[in-house]
Amino acid sequence: MELLKRYPKLFQWLFLLVVFFTLCFAIDVPETYKFIRGQAEFIKDPNQSTYTLFGIEVRYYAFDTLWRLPPLLGWLPIWINDSLFFLLNDWMPIEIWNEDIQEYKTRPLVLQITRTLTSSMTFLIELIREILLGGVKTIVAFTSWDWISENPWAKLPGLPWTIVAAGAAILSYKLSGKGLAIFAGIVMIYISIFGQWKPSMQTLSFILVAAPLSFIFGLSLGIMAFKSKRVEKALHPILLVMQTMPQYAVLVPAIVLFGVGDHAAVIITMVVAVPPMILLTLLGLRGVSPEVIEAGRMSGCNNLQLMFKVLIPTARRDILIGVNQVIMVCFSMAVISAFIGAKGLGFNLLLALNQLNIGLALEAGLCISLIAILLDKMSLAWANKQTDYFGNLTFFQRHKNTLFFAGAVLIAVIFAYAGSFYFKEGFNYLYEIPHNKGISTADFWNKGVDWIWDTFFHTLKIFNTWLIVDVLQPMRAAYLRMPIVATFVLVMGAGYIIGGIRSAFVVGGLTLFIALSPWWDRALVTTYMATFGVIVSCTIGLIVGTLCSQNEYTKNFMLAVCDIFQTFPSFVYLIPVMMLFGVTDTSVLIAVIVYATIPATRYTIEGLRSVPASLHDAGSMSGVTKLQRLLNIEFPIAFPHMMLGLNQTIVFALFMVIIGAFIGTEDLGQYILKALSDRKGAGIGLTLGICVAFIGLIFDNLIRTWVEKRKKHLGID
Amino acid sequence: MTDTVIKCNSVYKIFGTNAKKMLQEANGNVDAKTFQENGCIVGVNNASFEVSKGEMLVVMGLSGSGKSTLLRCISRLTDATAGKIYIEGQDLLSLKNKELIELRRNKMGMVFQSFALLPHKTVLENIAFPLQIKGVKDQECINKAMDMVKLVGLDGRENYFPRELSGGQQQRVGIARSLAVEPDIWFLDEPFSALDPLIRKEMQDEFLRLQEKLQKTIMFITHDFDEALKLADRIAIMKDGIIEQLDTPANIVLNPATEYVKKFTEEVPREKVLKIEDVMEKPNNENLSDLKVSKNEIIENVAEKILTQEKSVTVIDENNKIVGTLHPSKIIHTVFGGRKNKG
Repeated sequence: MELLKRYPKLFQWLFLLVVFFTLCFAIDVPETYKFIRGQAEFIKDPNQSTYTLFGIEVRYYAFDTLWRLPPLLGWLPIWINDSLFFLLNDWMPIEIWNEDIQEYKTRPLVLQITRTLTSSMTFLIELIREILLGGVKTIVAFTSWDWISENPWAKLPGLPWTIVAAGAAILSYKLSGKGLAIFAGIVMIYISIFGQWKPSMQTLSFILVAAPLSFIFGLSLGIMAFKSKRVEKALHPILLVMQTMPQYAVLVPAIVLFGVGDHAAVIITMVVAVPPMILLTLLGLRGVSPEVIEAGRMSGCNNLQLMFKVLIPTARRDILIGVNQVIMVCFSMAVISAFIGAKGLGFNLLLALNQLNIGLALEAGLCISLIAILLDKMSLAWANKQTDYFGNLTFFQRHKNTLFFAGAVLIAVIFAYAGSFYFKEGFNYLYEIPHNKGISTADFWNKGVDWIWDTFFHTLKIFNTWLIVDVLQPMRAAYLRMPIVATFVLVMGAGYIIGGIRSAFVVGGLTLFIALSPWWDRALVTTYMATFGVIVSCTIGLIVGTLCSQNEYTKNFMLAVCDIFQTFPSFVYLIPVMMLFGVTDTSVLIAVIVYATIPATRYTIEGLRSVPASLHDAGSMSGVTKLQRLLNIEFPIAFPHMMLGLNQTIVFALFMVIIGAFIGTEDLGQYILKALSDRKGAGIGLTLGICVAFIGLIFDNLIRTWVEKRKKHLGID
Repeated sequence: MTDTVIKCNSVYKIFGTNAKKMLQEANGNVDAKTFQENGCIVGVNNASFEVSKGEMLVVMGLSGSGKSTLLRCISRLTDATAGKIYIEGQDLLSLKNKELIELRRNKMGMVFQSFALLPHKTVLENIAFPLQIKGVKDQECINKAMDMVKLVGLDGRENYFPRELSGGQQQRVGIARSLAVEPDIWFLDEPFSALDPLIRKEMQDEFLRLQEKLQKTIMFITHDFDEALKLADRIAIMKDGIIEQLDTPANIVLNPATEYVKKFTEEVPREKVLKIEDVMEKPNNENLSDLKVSKNEIIENVAEKILTQEKSVTVIDENNKIVGTLHPSKIIHTVFGGRKNKG
C-alpha cells in the first residue's frame, strides 16, 4: 500500500501490461488467419467477405472483431483515387485559348492548373540546366522548334566546368573563408574528374529550382501563419502529418497530378520541403522580442517595413536554418524522386542499385553526399554571416569577389577555347568531362565487395541467419500475434496514463484509422521493424552519446560527425548495407539503425550538455562520483531532451523502414513502392502514407505529452 | 501658461475578451477584483493627467502596476479600452494608421528596457533606422546618425554590432535611436533598470545633461523611487492601474497622499531630495542671520551652514531677491521629525 502510494504511475503501468498480456493470451489466433503475402487483398478468393460502400466493393478476410477489425476504410483509397481522377479529368471544364491551333479548347480546371504548373517548372529547370550544361530548350520556349532549325547558332553554350568550380569556390570564400573555398574547389574538381559532371549538374539544377521555390513558399506561408491565427490553425494538422509522412508516399499522387519527370519531382519536393520551412519561419518570428517589434513600430514602420526590415532580419538565424533544412530535404528528394523519373545523380544511383552495381552506386552516392555537404556548409555559413553595410571599403575591397569571379570566367573561357584546339579529336576536357571518360573507381569498389563476400561470407551469413531466425522472426511473430483489442488497450492505456483522457482518445483515434485500413498487418510489420531499429539505435546512441559527453573534444567531434551523416540523403545509407548483407531484411534494419542512431546520439549529447554548470558544481560539492553524477543529476535533467531525441529517432527509423522497401520488405513501404507503378495507386499511396504518418504521430503524441509534463515538473521552461 | 503636450482623460486599459462590455456595465467604477473574476485584467484604471511642454513626468510603480501599459496606451502601441488621449491637441485614438505612423516618425521617440536594438544592424545603422524608415536620403541619414553617436558619446564604436557592446553602451544606442528623428515627445520605458547600479547612476546624470540641452517633453517609466525623485519634474505613483498620487517630488515626500505612497517616502533621505524652497517660510521681518542661501539648493548641501546659525537664514532666488526665510529647527524637523517610529 505504501509502495502504491509512492509510485502510483508504476502500478498503473503494471496493471496496463497485465491487462494487455491477459488479452493477448485469452484471445486465440483464428484458425483461418495467416499473414497474407503479396497483394492478396486485391485478389479474389472464395474465403473473402465483401461489402459495398459509396459504390465501391471492398473484399477482405473476415475475423473475429476482437482479433482484427474489418477494413471499413477499405473504400477510402479507391475513393480518393476516383475523386482525383474526376477532379483532373471532368471537374469544372474551362475554355482556354490554344496558341498552336488558334482556337479555344475545353479543359478541366485542375488539369489546366497542373499543366501550367508543370510547364513553368519544366521551363525553370531547363533554364538553369542549360545555363550549366548548354542546350536549346530554353530558347525554344521563347521561339519555336522551327526557328531553332533555321538558326542553328541559337543555343545556350553551357558553362565550362572550370567556371562553375571557380564560382563555387569564390562564393564559399565570400560566405565563410579559405577552408570552405578549398573544400568547394575539391568537390567540384572531384565531380568533374570522376566523370559525374552532367548528372551532378542535373541534380544541382533541380535543387536550384526546388530550394528557392520551397523557401519562398515556406517563408510566405510562415509569415501568413504568424499574422493570422486562422491560417496557423488551418496549417497545423497538415504540418503535423507532413512531419511524419514518408517522402515516398507523396510521390504517388504527384504522378497522377503532374506526370513523370523533373517538374513533378520539383513540385513534390516543395510539398515535402515547405513544412519545415514554415515551422522554422514561425519559430523565428515568434522568437522576436516584443520590445524589438515595439521599437520598430515607434520608429514609424508600416506593416511591410516592420515585416521586412525588423521581423525577418531579426529572425534571420532561424529562417536561414530553415533554408538549410530545405536544402537537405531537396537532396533527399533528389534521390527519391528518381523513382518518378527525375534525372541526375539520383537516377544513376537507383539504376546502379537495381543492377547491384555497388561500385557505381557508391560513386554517385558519394558525389551527391559531397554536394549536399557543400551546400549545407554554405547555407550555414550564410546563416551565421553578418553583413557590414556602412563599412568604409574601397571599390576593390567591395567588389573583390565579383572581380575575382570575372577573372576566373575569363581564364576559364580562354582555357576552354585553348582546349578545343588541344583536344582536337574527341572531347574538350577543359569544357566538360563526359560520363564515360572520367576516372571510375567502380571496378575497385566492386572488387572490394567481392572480396568482402569471399572472405567474410560465412561470418556474415551466420550473423545474418542468427539475426533473422532467432531475433527478427520471433519478434515479428509476436507483433502479429497481438489481437487488435489488446493493441487498443495498450495504446490508449499508455495515452491515458501519460496525458489523460484527451491523449488516450487522440492516440486511439490515430490507431483506429490504421486498424480500419486494409493494411493493419503491414502496419504491424512496419512497427516491428521500426521498434527493433529504435531500440538498437537508442541503446547505441545513449552509450555513444554519454561516453562522448565526458570530454569536450570527443563531444564536438561526435556532433560534427552527426552533422555530416545527417547531410547524406537517406537513400545513400542503403548502399553500404547492400554491399555487406545483400538483399535481406538485415540490410534494411542495419540501414535503419545507422540512420536512426544519428538523432539518438545527438540528442543525448545535447541533453547532457544542457545540464546547467551550477548543478554540476553542486554535485561536485556534495561529493558525487562520476557515475553518481551521471545517474542522479545529469540523466534526470537531460531526460526530457533525450526523449525528444527518441521522438526524432522514431521518425527517422520509420522513414528508413519505408525506404527500405526498395530492398524488399513486407511492410507498408512495399505497398507504397507498388502503388508507384500502379495507375490507380494514388489513393493507395496516400492512404498508406497517412498510415505511416499516424504510426509516427502516435509515438510523437505520447512522447511530447510526457516531455511537456516532465519539463513542467522539473521547471525547465 | 505652458502648452499641454500630452493630455489623458479617464484612460482605461482592460485586457480580456469582453473588456469593453464589462467596462460599460461598470459605469466608470472599475474594481480590479470583480473584473479578474470575470477573466479580465485591469491594466490602467481611470488615468487622467497632463504633461506640459518640456516637462518630465516620471511614472513610478512596482511591476504589474500598469505603468508600462499606460505608456503603451499613450504611444498607442496598444489601444486604450476607453478614454481620450490628446497629443498636442490631436485625438490620438481617432488617428488613422497612416497618420499614426506620421506622428511616430516625426514627433515620438521611445527607449526600451531591454534596449530592443536590431541585432543585424551596426550601431550607426540602428540609429539611422528611424530615418531610413522615414525615407531620408542615405548620406543625410549617416550624417544625422553620426551626430547622435557623438551626442551619446559612442564615437569610434559606430560600426560595432549591438552584441559587441556593454549594456550601458547598448542603451546609449537606444537613446540615440529614439532621438534621431528629433522628436518632441520622448518615452522612456525603464531605460536604466537593466543596468548595473554604477552604470545606472552614470546614465541618469548623462540623461539629465541631455534633457538640459534638449528640453523634450518626457514620460519616464521606472520602478525605482530614488530614480524618480532624482529625475522628475512631477511623479505619478501607480498601483494596480490607478494613479495614487501625481505631484512634485517634494510634495510627494512631504505629503504622501495614501498609505501606499507613504511606504515609499518613509525610507527616503529627505535632505537629499528636498530643496530649500520646499521647506522655507514666507519672508517676514523677524531677526535674520547674515547667511543667504539659494532656494534651489538641496538641503544636504547647505544644512551644515544653516544649522550652525541660531537665527533664521535668508532665502534668495537666482536674481538675489529675497523670497523667504528658514529657521534651522525647521531643517531638523524636516530631516529627522515626522517619521514613523520604528523600534
